[in-house]
Amino acid sequence: MTVAPPTARKTSGRAIVRARRRKAVAKVWATYRRSPQGMVGLVVLVVIVVLALAAPLLSSSKGLDVTYTSKNPQFAHPSLKFLFGTDDLGRSVWTLFIWGARISLFVGLAATIIAVGLGAGVGVIAGYAGGRTEAVLMRITEFFLVIPFIPFAVVLASVLHRSLTNIILVIGITSWPGTARLIRAQVLSVKERLYVDRSRALGAGHWHLVSRHILPNVMPLIFANLTLTVPIAILSESTLSFLGLGDPLRISWGVILQNAFQSDAVSLHAWWYYLAPGLGIIFVALAFTMCGRALEEVLDPRLKDI
Amino acid sequence: MSLRFVGRKVVGSILSLIAVIIFNFFLFRIVKSDPVGSLLRGRNVPPDVKARLRHQFGLDKSKIDQFWLYMRQTARGNLGVSIQSGRPVTEDIGNSLWPTIWLVGLSTVLSTIIGLLMGIKSAWQRNSWFDRLSTGVSMFTYATPDFFLGILLLAFFAFTLKLLPTGGIESPTGSTGGISHLIDQAKHLALPCLTLTIGYMGEYAIVMRSSLLEVMGEDFLKVARARGLRDALVRRRHAVPNAMLPTVTLVTLNLGFVLSGAIAVETVFSWPGLGQLTETAVHNQDFPLLQGLFLIFTAAVILANLVSDLLYGYLDPRVRVG
Repeated sequence: MTVAPPTARKTSGRAIVRARRRKAVAKVWATYRRSPQGMVGLVVLVVIVVLALAAPLLSSSKGLDVTYTSKNPQFAHPSLKFLFGTDDLGRSVWTLFIWGARISLFVGLAATIIAVGLGAGVGVIAGYAGGRTEAVLMRITEFFLVIPFIPFAVVLASVLHRSLTNIILVIGITSWPGTARLIRAQVLSVKERLYVDRSRALGAGHWHLVSRHILPNVMPLIFANLTLTVPIAILSESTLSFLGLGDPLRISWGVILQNAFQSDAVSLHAWWYYLAPGLGIIFVALAFTMCGRALEEVLDPRLKDI
Repeated sequence: MSLRFVGRKVVGSILSLIAVIIFNFFLFRIVKSDPVGSLLRGRNVPPDVKARLRHQFGLDKSKIDQFWLYMRQTARGNLGVSIQSGRPVTEDIGNSLWPTIWLVGLSTVLSTIIGLLMGIKSAWQRNSWFDRLSTGVSMFTYATPDFFLGILLLAFFAFTLKLLPTGGIESPTGSTGGISHLIDQAKHLALPCLTLTIGYMGEYAIVMRSSLLEVMGEDFLKVARARGLRDALVRRRHAVPNAMLPTVTLVTLNLGFVLSGAIAVETVFSWPGLGQLTETAVHNQDFPLLQGLFLIFTAAVILANLVSDLLYGYLDPRVRVG
């Protein structure tokens, strides 16, 4: 009787798992592709992300600096020269718009990663550990759930220094409790499955159980949650910036809206000034929501009927 | 509903409130070690004035003494003095409370009614053109920052059509009392109220729709139909009442958050409520006022949670035991 060398068996086992994962991803993509709202959302996102990444090619960042734009007309209507018109300082709103997209998307994504990372961490630990650890973590989660988001963020943003990092931190640490509850519930159900019991009976340690069995099973949910948290983070950023708590030197869509409102663009009928950033926020938030809903439907077919 | 259930919920809420009060202290005192310094923001003030200010706010005492002083004062309903206005924080908040309650209350009632009707019709005629439109509108309003919606409405109705006033709660030269005064106030209320109504109705519509769809799969509706009841009667008597529960809970739960969610909208319409007070407090770095506002906003959420729990327990007997 020949026994395969342990190393060969190990690699082949991993290869099987990897092939299975690849197959699962391909299957998810095949189902996702059939969702019209998912595809529309994805296309809109790709367009805006490309626009944001290509900002330096489309318009020089000098256009953001008022010392270079003093010769431009103020509140100029949209024209061939100024695609989206100009603002109160003569800056091209098109330039502000595409550079703002970078900041808004960056803040949205970074804050979401913090929020979902924190929420998933707390959720997995609470769900897996159980007992007193779970009780304490869930108490903390419930406490953060009753803290109203905007006032808390306003307070944090005003006691902290006004910077992009702090805005990201503020949104990140105020948006995690929902994720934590969701992930914990999923972990609780995964933990009870038979193959987890089998693995434990075979002597698997905590780390092995969590990284090989629990995490791969909650990963799709985490991913869907990630997609649905980005629009909330982007909307939060715009609200905080509109209230004057954003980083004044990093122009996001929210900061443009605040500038527009403060410079009386509304009463001066300078609609181009606030319409571009506002619609930008709506389209990005809508696109992420559509992608997230489509993902949820793929991952949980029961939702399709609802 | 058993007394024990109510008691447990009330005690839980009080504990949450105490936790929030303690949290509130650390949030401001620990993160910001020198409130006076940040208040003066580098302005050139003689050291003795600074010292007097620190003494006045009790900042020359040790952190533990400050904490007990804060707890004692808060327990007595003393939230300190606003740096900007010099009035007690409770007085400033009291003055701004009613405009916000009016605005939030009315828009909650409207958005609930419209949202419920939209959701019911959507679910009952699933995949119809109405359902598609309603779901589309709901998702669109969900993705719109409410202050941006406010700006659009302000630009269109107030500055372009000149139909409605541009902000405030009443005209400065308006007559006091009488029908014209009432109409004037209603006109001022219209736009902010419309903004919040549109902002929240979509969420309620989506929740009502999905909970009604869930109920529609239940056997008791088949039984009701088998009894030969008309479609409208099945919907009104059997489906809707059973689907109301999650939506009613959501609306009550949301009430606490709507209060603070109106901050940006109030700013757009210069509505003299808690939101505008928050905005000026942020602008002036008025920390005692901000601290008081934070406490009020959080207390509102805790209260809304309690009401929602009790309502759920009252409406759904299964919860009372759990």
